[in-house]
Amino acid sequence: MKYVDEFRDGSLARNIAANIAREAEPQRTYRLMEFCGGHTHAISRYGIADLLPRNVQMIHGPGCPVCVLPIGRIDQAIRLAREHGVILCTYADTLRVPASDHLSLMRAKASGADVRMVYSTQDALKLAREHRSREVVFFAIGFETTTPPTAVAVQQAASEGSKNFSILCNHVLTPAAMHAILSAENTVKLDGFVGPAHVSTVIGSRPYEPFANDYGKPVVIAGFEPLDVMQAILMLLRQVNEGRAEVENEFTRAVTRDGNLKAQKLVAKVFELRDSFEWRGLGSVPHSALKLREAYAAFDAERKFGVGYTAVPDNKACECAAILRGYKSPQDCKIFGTVCTPENPVGSCMVSSEGACAAHYSYGRFRETA
Amino acid sequence: MNTTKPNYIRPLDFKHGRVDMSHGSGGRAMAQLISELFAAAFDNAYLAQGNDGAILPATNGRLVMATDAHVVSPLFFPGGDIGCLSVHGTINDVAVMGATPLYLSASFILEEGFPLADLKRIVESMARAARDAGVIVVTGDTKVVQQGKGDGVFISTTGVGVLPGGVDLSGDRARPGDCIVLSGTIGDHGMAILSQREGLEFSAPIVSDTAALHGLIAAMLGSGAALRVLRDPTRGGLATTLNEIAKQSGVGMMLDEAAIKVNPPIEAACEFLGLDPLYVANEGKLVAICAPDDRERLLAVMRAHPLAREAGVIGEVIADAHGFVQMTTKLGGRRVVDWLAGEQLPRIC
Repeated sequence: MKYVDEFRDGSLARNIAANIAREAEPQRTYRLMEFCGGHTHAISRYGIADLLPRNVQMIHGPGCPVCVLPIGRIDQAIRLAREHGVILCTYADTLRVPASDHLSLMRAKASGADVRMVYSTQDALKLAREHRSREVVFFAIGFETTTPPTAVAVQQAASEGSKNFSILCNHVLTPAAMHAILSAENTVKLDGFVGPAHVSTVIGSRPYEPFANDYGKPVVIAGFEPLDVMQAILMLLRQVNEGRAEVENEFTRAVTRDGNLKAQKLVAKVFELRDSFEWRGLGSVPHSALKLREAYAAFDAERKFGVGYTAVPDNKACECAAILRGYKSPQDCKIFGTVCTPENPVGSCMVSSEGACAAHYSYGRFRETA
Repeated sequence: MNTTKPNYIRPLDFKHGRVDMSHGSGGRAMAQLISELFAAAFDNAYLAQGNDGAILPATNGRLVMATDAHVVSPLFFPGGDIGCLSVHGTINDVAVMGATPLYLSASFILEEGFPLADLKRIVESMARAARDAGVIVVTGDTKVVQQGKGDGVFISTTGVGVLPGGVDLSGDRARPGDCIVLSGTIGDHGMAILSQREGLEFSAPIVSDTAALHGLIAAMLGSGAALRVLRDPTRGGLATTLNEIAKQSGVGMMLDEAAIKVNPPIEAACEFLGLDPLYVANEGKLVAICAPDDRERLLAVMRAHPLAREAGVIGEVIADAHGFVQMTTKLGGRRVVDWLAGEQLPRIC
């Protein structure tokens, strides 16, 4: 097995689609949230919506790392690059997220800031070793999947005695965001979650149990391949029809109940909970993000350079906040596909291919014209 | 006693020498570089005359002219280098108009400090590619920029070709019902560049497909099939090329994902790096839009040519006021195959 196209097989997809169609009771509507942008992307790229009955609706969740970064966080990174002259490294999509003053990291780069795209935290650390006379800051973003590599880099930097490497920590936590969605006033009506794939390889399936037990929402953890998503949808429909609310694991080839204990231990050693963190869309969510522990304070760019966080309101016309909560769909936004496009994104959901707006624009916008 | 031979000029040191500012100054050093490297490699009567321009003989037929700048990084990659790429890229732009490419101009922007050995290797690769393709580099130019202001070497080439009577290919001629033919696998060039640039080693070799397509195109034109559009899907990949044609012709397209071939190592590498092969560059492939009744005739001549053994129909032109290029996925769903947003890979050609 090469794990390239085995989980994209058309005939198996038709089988699962037929089972879903049989399972879906025509008199009811199933509203399922795929938490992760990876799932949003798979649903759009492979045209999964075409294989689902009309009454099975997929609602896009907030699990897209760059989408949930508020403007103020990008501003902070830009300030570091422009005012403190650091080499600012980050993952690719982050470069295009709109910030204040019509800026983005990419535009800051074009106007002279030293912003570099890296594939891994190791690349950033390597830059720090190669440029001893410069400060190198890694703009660390992402959910539990990208946190362990950041922890590794910080530990390495500490053991090497690095003086010019630090991170701007924006690592966020999936369960906290799910709590925020379910406990919000005017909460969006949901019948279940397609649970995270890569995040769950790290944290395991146990952290989702409160959503089944306390909120009565079925969760099925699914891989990012299209057949995974379809199988998870089928499993969710069965739970709903049978009145069950459990955490089930479709992604057994990679996820266990306990997850990756070694990675969890490493993360716990380097990071601790922030009291509160502002998310785009969800607002301030308590205990929803991580910061470096005191022992690693020397590697915390926020402290090292004294760049505080200032909240900045989103563009008034942009519906990203409501879309990230599952309240609206991209098509409900007045500026979708006109003022806001992948070339000139106004909101963060139009940036990454995992963002609900970019995924719909790039793969699914023929549907509105049909 | 002076033992130096009369009129002796010490030849350029192609082993250890480097480009310096004098090589672009218009003086003796530049003349020496031109004569010992460029004129020697390209070796033809037009260049040998040493004039500012080349006087070309009158031809029968309309002329086609195309130009292309090459800034690829790295300069040497599996399957080719910037030299042969700068010949193939421009020849192909002339050839997809249906013309027989005849002449090239070549303009070099060299960075101070660039090793002459590398320059020689590049120029000889260019000369070989031109010779193999039957085109002559008839005029050229060399400029040198200060260190740090270039990236080794940039090459800009312009090609001129002659168009036989009766050939009428244009991006605005695709009509609903026409079939979309692709000459082979996609993504090979872009992934060869990327794997080299990032120092990624895959167990299976990834090699650029850079090649001159005019021989294949001549065979296709000779088949008598009613061809509407030919285009080589370079930067932006197959997806971008098809969107360009759809826009020019005011039509839509429906592709079949299962019919688009990707070499397994390319597919694996794209998967690994999160890239979509539909957007990865090719340098030796072409897309043909052809009348539906002629598809078998066209495919037969293409598959008989070494550069298009895996040619196949990948979709159909449809009527669509929105000009969407859509695709039936292997899974059985439908999606838009959009223009490339932003840049997928920088500096691939």
